[in-house]
Amino acid sequence: MAELEELYREIILDHYRSPRNRGELETPPAHRTEGFNPLCGDEVVVTIDVEDGVLKDIKIGGQGCSISQSSASLMSAAVKGLPLDEVRAKIATFKTLMSVHEAQLEDAESAEEPEPVDLRSLGELAALQGVVKFPVRIKCATLSWNTLTQGLDELSA
Amino acid sequence: MSLDVALLRKDFPLLEREVHGRRLVYLDSAASSLPPHHVVSAMSTYYETTHANVHRGVYATAEEATRLYERTRKVVGSFLGSAHGEEEVVFTKNTTEAINLLANSWGRANLGEGDVVVLSIMEHHANIVPFQMLAAERGIELRWIPIDREGRLILDELDTLLEGAKLCSVTAMSNVLGTINPITELAEAAHRAGALIHVDAAQAVGHLPVDLVEWDVDFLSFSGHKILGPTGIGVLWGRAQLLEAMGPFLGGGGMILDVSTERFLPAASPQRFEAGTPPIAEAVGLTAAIEYLSALGMAEVRQHEAALTTAALARITEQFDGRVSISGPGAAPDRGGVLSLTLEGVHAHDVAQILDSVGVCVRPGHHCAKPLMRFLGVPATARASFGVYNDLDDVEVLLEGLEEAARLFS
Repeated sequence: MAELEELYREIILDHYRSPRNRGELETPPAHRTEGFNPLCGDEVVVTIDVEDGVLKDIKIGGQGCSISQSSASLMSAAVKGLPLDEVRAKIATFKTLMSVHEAQLEDAESAEEPEPVDLRSLGELAALQGVVKFPVRIKCATLSWNTLTQGLDELSA
Repeated sequence: MSLDVALLRKDFPLLEREVHGRRLVYLDSAASSLPPHHVVSAMSTYYETTHANVHRGVYATAEEATRLYERTRKVVGSFLGSAHGEEEVVFTKNTTEAINLLANSWGRANLGEGDVVVLSIMEHHANIVPFQMLAAERGIELRWIPIDREGRLILDELDTLLEGAKLCSVTAMSNVLGTINPITELAEAAHRAGALIHVDAAQAVGHLPVDLVEWDVDFLSFSGHKILGPTGIGVLWGRAQLLEAMGPFLGGGGMILDVSTERFLPAASPQRFEAGTPPIAEAVGLTAAIEYLSALGMAEVRQHEAALTTAALARITEQFDGRVSISGPGAAPDRGGVLSLTLEGVHAHDVAQILDSVGVCVRPGHHCAKPLMRFLGVPATARASFGVYNDLDDVEVLLEGLEEAARLFS
């Protein structure tokens, strides 16, 4: 049960029950990207408003489990108002937190000592680290982040 | 005679396993059933004493392997109520491949622009997508039998839906709702309209007595791994004259009569549909699974699972009244052992995760039936499904896990 309590921390349940930046921005001017997890049917809609290299606004739509929904909510709160390079850096740090552990789980014997992730730099997002003990749920946690990345890539293309 | 479940549970070694320090409670038989040791030992005995490729060698073990493989057609036929399994049973890798075979081989020979195929809204993707692929390629029309709020097919407009149809393809039992459909009635209606009928019996064979004579269907498909058998083998059963009129599916060795640089001549059915080395050990395992189920008696299997489902529904309602909703037609005679649960305020994934922590295996998600889930208006459910080895103790652990989920998310 300890691992479960670790997974379902109060911050996560709070963001699940009261998601931040919920909804959709008007498109245009905002940019809209949909993400799917075909395995479980989770869907996320990320609309972003980028102006002068700054992520001025972000809203999250869709439906899914507590992990995908809270991760999306935490992400929106973490990246809103940041310059795009800092948004990208935040995404990279979060993905490292998830993927490093993913690699460790897949290949526990030979995995090199992972690059330590500075949890303090993640703020509330660090609450999601309990997810890495549940490999199947990593996809839930990263869905919104991958969708945001896709949206940013589409805008810069 | 009712089944001695405590005794037969000893035949399933996996039930002795522990996970997270808890007894494994397997409630995911609609996804895949557990094999009894009879099946596993039949397959390992085959590999250790007999194995050779089939239909080729002239040596003793190759002949034995061929005999065991071919015998399984008879065993499957008898189990389904047909005396002609050797002509009517085609081996595939699973139900999905069986339906793809049907859509491709029968579909290409019989369907063109404007032709109609009738499906139901409660179908598994395996009984939808092959026909959508064909529809996109050939311009055929798909029509859908609707369902009511209790998860039963609405048959009022069936004759209209079937007008001009060439094929009706429906599930015998929903993998989400547990609804057992009136196949005999559907077959009559299809035939009245001049259409053939295929039944996706993946959830029915192995859980209910199936009688092809009573159902009077033209094609039927199921998977070995859902009837206590191994993965890697499925069956398309078809009327011999229909199979004989169908073109080949996959090309390769074993499905030909002759090959030259100019052309190939296909073999007779059922070999025509079985290119390459078939699942031989799996056929041996399938025979063992069918013999195991037959020894229990399919009427007894159904009686046990129906009683367990009724009792489980009553217990869940008693303890979670208003907090848990279950899709499907309640504790009715046309209800199989599939419970799609929604726990208020907790997403199905979280329910399944928390159930795992007490050793309970259920499946969260859309269960490969997205058109149905859209109709029901639920994105995902946590599905508990029963096998012959489940009992009320398993249901009690399920309830314990559901309470834990409700507590964590309260």
